Amino acid sequence: MVPFFLYVGLFLLLPTVVIAGGSFADKNGSLTVSNLTSIEQAYLVKSFVNSAIISVASALVGAIAGALLAYAVATGNPRGALRRIVTSASGVFAQFGGVTLVFAFIATLGTVGIVTVFLKDHGIDIFPNGVWLYELSGLTLIYTYFQIPLMVLVFLPALDGIRPQWREATESLGGSTWHYWRYVAAPLLAPAFLGCTLLLFANAFSAYATAAVLLTQGGVIVPLQISNLFTSETGQAQPGLAKALALAMIAIVTIVMLLYALLQRRTSRWLR
Amino acid sequence: MNRSRRIKLQVFRSAVFLVMGVFFLVPIAAMFEFSTRGNSVTAPRTMEAWTNIIKTPDLVDAIIASLELAAITSIAMLVLLLPTMVWVRLRLPRLNRIVEFICLLPLTIPAIALVVGLFPISRWMRINISDSILMLSFFYLILVMPYSYRALDAGLAAIDIKTLSEAARSLGAGWGTVMLRVIVPNMSSAILNACLLSVAVVLGEYTFANLLTYENLQVAIAYVGLVSAGTSIAVAVASLLFAFVLLMVLSFVGRPRERMARAEETIVAPESRILPLRDSYIGVQK
Amino acid sequence: MKFASLTRHLGMAIAAFVVVTACGSTSGGGTASCKPSTATSVADCGGLDALVTAAKAEGKLNIIATPPDWANYGASINAFSAKYNIKITSANPNGSSQEEVDAVKNLAGTSSAPDVLDVGLSVALANTALFAPYKVATWNDIPTAQKEASGLWWQDYGGNMGIGYDPSKIPGGTINSIKDLLGSGFKSKVALAGDPTKSNQALNGVIMASLANGGSADDVSKGVDFFHQLKMAGNYVPVIGTAATVKAGQTPVVFEWDYLSSSHGKDVSGWKIFEPSGALLGNYYTQAINKAAPHPAAVRLWEEYLFSDEGQNNWLKGGARPVRMAAMEKSGKLDATAAAALPKVSGNPVFPTPDQQTAAGTYVKAHWSAAVG
Repeated sequence: MVPFFLYVGLFLLLPTVVIAGGSFADKNGSLTVSNLTSIEQAYLVKSFVNSAIISVASALVGAIAGALLAYAVATGNPRGALRRIVTSASGVFAQFGGVTLVFAFIATLGTVGIVTVFLKDHGIDIFPNGVWLYELSGLTLIYTYFQIPLMVLVFLPALDGIRPQWREATESLGGSTWHYWRYVAAPLLAPAFLGCTLLLFANAFSAYATAAVLLTQGGVIVPLQISNLFTSETGQAQPGLAKALALAMIAIVTIVMLLYALLQRRTSRWLR
Repeated sequence: MNRSRRIKLQVFRSAVFLVMGVFFLVPIAAMFEFSTRGNSVTAPRTMEAWTNIIKTPDLVDAIIASLELAAITSIAMLVLLLPTMVWVRLRLPRLNRIVEFICLLPLTIPAIALVVGLFPISRWMRINISDSILMLSFFYLILVMPYSYRALDAGLAAIDIKTLSEAARSLGAGWGTVMLRVIVPNMSSAILNACLLSVAVVLGEYTFANLLTYENLQVAIAYVGLVSAGTSIAVAVASLLFAFVLLMVLSFVGRPRERMARAEETIVAPESRILPLRDSYIGVQK
Repeated sequence: MKFASLTRHLGMAIAAFVVVTACGSTSGGGTASCKPSTATSVADCGGLDALVTAAKAEGKLNIIATPPDWANYGASINAFSAKYNIKITSANPNGSSQEEVDAVKNLAGTSSAPDVLDVGLSVALANTALFAPYKVATWNDIPTAQKEASGLWWQDYGGNMGIGYDPSKIPGGTINSIKDLLGSGFKSKVALAGDPTKSNQALNGVIMASLANGGSADDVSKGVDFFHQLKMAGNYVPVIGTAATVKAGQTPVVFEWDYLSSSHGKDVSGWKIFEPSGALLGNYYTQAINKAAPHPAAVRLWEEYLFSDEGQNNWLKGGARPVRMAAMEKSGKLDATAAAALPKVSGNPVFPTPDQQTAAGTYVKAHWSAAVG
């Protein structure tokens, strides 16, 4: 217990305090709340909204698709090659991001990507109204590329915990597949599913490298804004505002976590 | 399981694997195709981008450093997280939310902001402890926590550790035995997945190492990639393959324990369902 | 080469003479003690050979944000390492100027702190407190306007903002005016090399577009409008132009510094660079030595190398204009082939001052997402 809190205290809480403290300081180091109030600027608020949309969308898609894939794996041979391949590939892809991921998608679905060209040769134009790959929807699609494998890896242990006896019990009581899922498996899996979705949301919310490479449209999402404010070629870095944004991100995820905890308490009423 | 359900399941599985396979592998194929392109539309295909990778001497050192970091981080993660999570579940359930929140925190702060917060500590450590790249494992452990916590938590939720640990303790086992010989074997899939995630995170980590001017695998790869466009993509694909092979090898490490777990499951599992029934029966009587 | 070494030996001899006469009165003043961290010139250190010995003893050099294909830095790095047997560690190759300064502050006291910085002028001006004054042997060749009087910083190489393009991917094969980019043959083809709200290079791309569309270094609005028009025409692609996207054909037209643009030539045969006459935007980068450099002798030797004829010609071969170019042209030391390969320009480039850049940056930050979002 103690080692955990000690370690976390030093390496996580201390930097968080540094960030929080820094958000109250201006360029000369004196105390101010101007950093926090400047978050209310329109373009910053918009970037928070954009971040939220992408995170929720990619978390939901990733969670559902990932759960399906995890189920397909869990129902197979536990020591088989297929399971090993899928889990190892998931491990690799869950961390795949940044420049290379974006390039992979550009090479596939960009204006001269191999899939785009292939479809065009067969008469299908996937970009009739402009190239959506470079908009938020494209970014969401790219995010699912690492959200799905992440979901597989973190949700699989929960699926492994399903006992065949539960199915048999349901059937012996006259229940159908629908009954099994609706009344037995889903409530038991719900806490884990929600927790994993929360992880996916936080993952997407703070993902930076991928968007930084794709979008040159001025800090469309919050992590980009933060990095803009930290790094600058023209001496215009504003570390105080950047830290304030980081603090705001922590606040948002805290709120989401509280909602999740509330939701957990409700679903746990279904168990026993 | 009757035949029609088995068939439906197989159809479902095949469809899922097909769709996912295409979704995940086509972009990789596109990258590979790009890395073999010549200099102009008419130039022939070439493996020059790939041979450029082998010509870089620093890559081997960086690979070894990253592997060491991955090993250290995974082991430290298990040692730190698992006992804590078990203890919280058994003795201090109210702390559960707090631990969960702390473990999610690293993910909410973008790496670039976290590095800024960690710079003073890193500097102190570099001057007073060691300048070695292995100091990064302290920070990687923080990065890895959210993912590993979630995997381990899913595994813990699936087994009834209260009953298991009480049963083991009533048979005279100390906490060490309970952890190592009762809980861990029952969580082999979760532990394996948590380790896979840790290794993958460490191997794929770039921001921290770069800003703290250490040379880990991804930093070295980025450097190799500066040679030419084709090389930058070739080396990225190569690093994905490398990570994949490594994780496959790692997944074999979990095998002996699985066999033990399967055997133990059939013995332990029925009991773990009998006891709760008895409790609830007693509850009804009251 | 022979002339260069003759100059060096001559310079060293003169320096040694000066030192000997200066220390003549002290007993046993034979080998002048070189305290590299406070040496402000080669003479201070007892001559070039003493500096070389001290540097070799240190054996290492830390540089930062210096990709090898950036103005052909790679050639200088390799040549320096081989010549003096000093291992150069290059950190964070794609880092920004601000990250260089942050690294100096955050790694102070460790052995991996950067020894030298190569940053934009605005960042240099804001951080002179971190620099150590030093004047290279060829100090007098650097124009007065491009160096700081006491040697805290001095400019190294520069170029003009250009529009690089792949002739095989655009109609007509050449670009003759910036307005060509608004044509229908350029759909989803024009890109910047970064985000103008973040990257100095991209910001200068917008300023250059402004210059070419009737604006000025003080008025960047015409540039933002131009990119808005590009976006409306469907010609602007918001992807950051990199070597890979250029080669893939995703961004066949990129606004980049001409010396960086020239490196695409190795991925795309026939890569050309267009610089609109009357809208030349120039920019020089700035060198400075870290006051608390972990390898003070090596870094001073590095500066001597970079500003020797060989070092300057390396940058020239990378498509950049070295700061000693005018002096070297006069002395005949300029590499004629490399000089001839530079993009043809007519007229004098405009050099936005740091204040103008800041003002442009503020305007762009406020209006960019609306223009191209």
